[in-house]
Amino acid sequence: MTAKTDLSSTPDSLPSSPLIHDSRTLPRWSPWAFLGGSLVVATGLLALIGTPTPTGVALLGAVFFAISLTAYSARVEGRRHATDRFATTLVTAAFGAAMVPLVSLLWTVLANGLPMLTASFLTSDMVGVYGDIQGGVLHAIVGTLVITAWATVISVPVGIMTAVYLVEYGRGALARGITFFVDVMTGIPSIVAGLFAFSLFTIVFGPAYRAGIMGAAALALLMTPVVIRSVEEMLRLVPNELREAALALGVPKWLVIVKVVLRTAVAGIVTGVMLAIARVIGETAPLLLTVGYVAQVNADVFNGRMTTLPVYAYREWSQGRVGVDRAWGAALVLILIVMLLNLVARLVSKYLAPKAKP
Amino acid sequence: MSKRIDVTDLNVYYGSFLAVADVSLVMEPRSVTAFIGPSGCGKSTFLRTLNRMHEVLPGARVEGKVVMDGTDLYGANVDPVEVRRQVGMVFQRPNPFPTMSIADNVLAGVKLNNRRISKSDAADMVESSLRGANLWTEVKDRLDRPGSSLSGGQQQRLCIARTIAVKPQVVLMDEPCSALDPISTLAIEDLIEELKSDYTIVIVTHNMQQAARVSDRTAFFNIEGTGKPGRLVEMGDTSTIFSSPSKKATEDYISGRFG
Repeated sequence: MTAKTDLSSTPDSLPSSPLIHDSRTLPRWSPWAFLGGSLVVATGLLALIGTPTPTGVALLGAVFFAISLTAYSARVEGRRHATDRFATTLVTAAFGAAMVPLVSLLWTVLANGLPMLTASFLTSDMVGVYGDIQGGVLHAIVGTLVITAWATVISVPVGIMTAVYLVEYGRGALARGITFFVDVMTGIPSIVAGLFAFSLFTIVFGPAYRAGIMGAAALALLMTPVVIRSVEEMLRLVPNELREAALALGVPKWLVIVKVVLRTAVAGIVTGVMLAIARVIGETAPLLLTVGYVAQVNADVFNGRMTTLPVYAYREWSQGRVGVDRAWGAALVLILIVMLLNLVARLVSKYLAPKAKP
Repeated sequence: MSKRIDVTDLNVYYGSFLAVADVSLVMEPRSVTAFIGPSGCGKSTFLRTLNRMHEVLPGARVEGKVVMDGTDLYGANVDPVEVRRQVGMVFQRPNPFPTMSIADNVLAGVKLNNRRISKSDAADMVESSLRGANLWTEVKDRLDRPGSSLSGGQQQRLCIARTIAVKPQVVLMDEPCSALDPISTLAIEDLIEELKSDYTIVIVTHNMQQAARVSDRTAFFNIEGTGKPGRLVEMGDTSTIFSSPSKKATEDYISGRFG
């Protein structure tokens, strides 16, 4: 009997907060109403000082919105809801701010580049082009694809094997040293990579030698640390249990690495390689230094100068007039190539990724 | 298809740390040997020395003899890969290969070793191994689905099927039921009962009822304190160990006074 009274008296003795508050919640549309109001007020205030610009209205309106909504919510809904609304406003504003340069860039490139994007622009080079003739980027597209492909062919095997060493074999000072130098290499300025490739090939083949492979070597130098880092991360994500399961079936270690570890991580590896390609495909400085510029298509990576899209854009821009339009066209083509490669990589990863539960 | 393992004076080290000391025992063919003992007493470490999985960890090494069928598994010219083909292992958490279908998981021992196998041989192997693991009727209509689409208990039986597909002499099981629900546990225990007619089975378990239910002989491991090595306290027929153990520590452990 005593126990029962004790139990029933417990709720009264504890300071408890009621589950249901009397306070009201703002209607769902209220943030939009506040946003509209803030923008109107901001426009009005700016009109008093001078001519309101869209940027000014957006900035001032965002400040008014954050203050007024938070203050009103604090009065009506209580402090916790007000804090929530304030944080939501901040996060949304940060997202908006991050989108501005991206959208602006895409918009500018599309607006300036689309008029240039004709069949003849994509299928002709710059041989015999003078004055206001449109010209073409075929030689630059070929150059970019060939040089980037060779850079990938050089850096991906080196990168994957280094990552395999670091994750599966590396212990102690050597592994730590490699990790350190990979980090240092990530920070190499691209012009230094270009100078390195230039001097390397000059020493080996003499000062007159010019070939796409020089540029590919410079780009490979920039790609390798990115590949190593991303592949390393991916290999570390493969659960140790899978390695042990395969070893316990009597599979030699190298086959465990090839058929279990790399196979399980392949989707991530493809994504990492893709990121590395995206990192170097827009490089200008090392290519300007090593492979330079040429007006006609040259698909032979071991002989003669080649043109790449970034160098083409730079070169044409400095020519002025119709060259500026060609530069925008080349920039748009470069973005499209990167997007296309990304799309292919996504399809490949999706196809190769471990199948999830149905 | 079943061999006896003799262990004499085995010491297991992680670097300079002695993890398990002076273990000598015998695992009989066509029977189930259970290792019980408190956490950290070295049961799993000892189990992993029986197929040289222990040395996969950096710094791990072993002194002493593990003799199977007259051959010391730690002899100078013994290939650890070959040892693991003869002594299979089932792990605590089910770990089917996520990139492989159910059928490919069963064939993993063949396919990962790049060995060629005809379609009909592969189909026979998949069926007999899955039947051996009591999983065939549940999955026979979806052999090409991913192994990870199965439930936890089914995944563990898939791992057992994968292990017996390599036709080992001995099957080691490291707490095979500790991540499973009671019904799946029962299924695995029934399976162990059937498997022991063909294989030498060694099982580590934290569940003393399980040891009492499935094993023929039981070894009790104990540890004196942190930093001290685990030791084999006593080993005997399961009925003897659980009814009249000769050592005080064993009696305390199985009666639930510690551990």
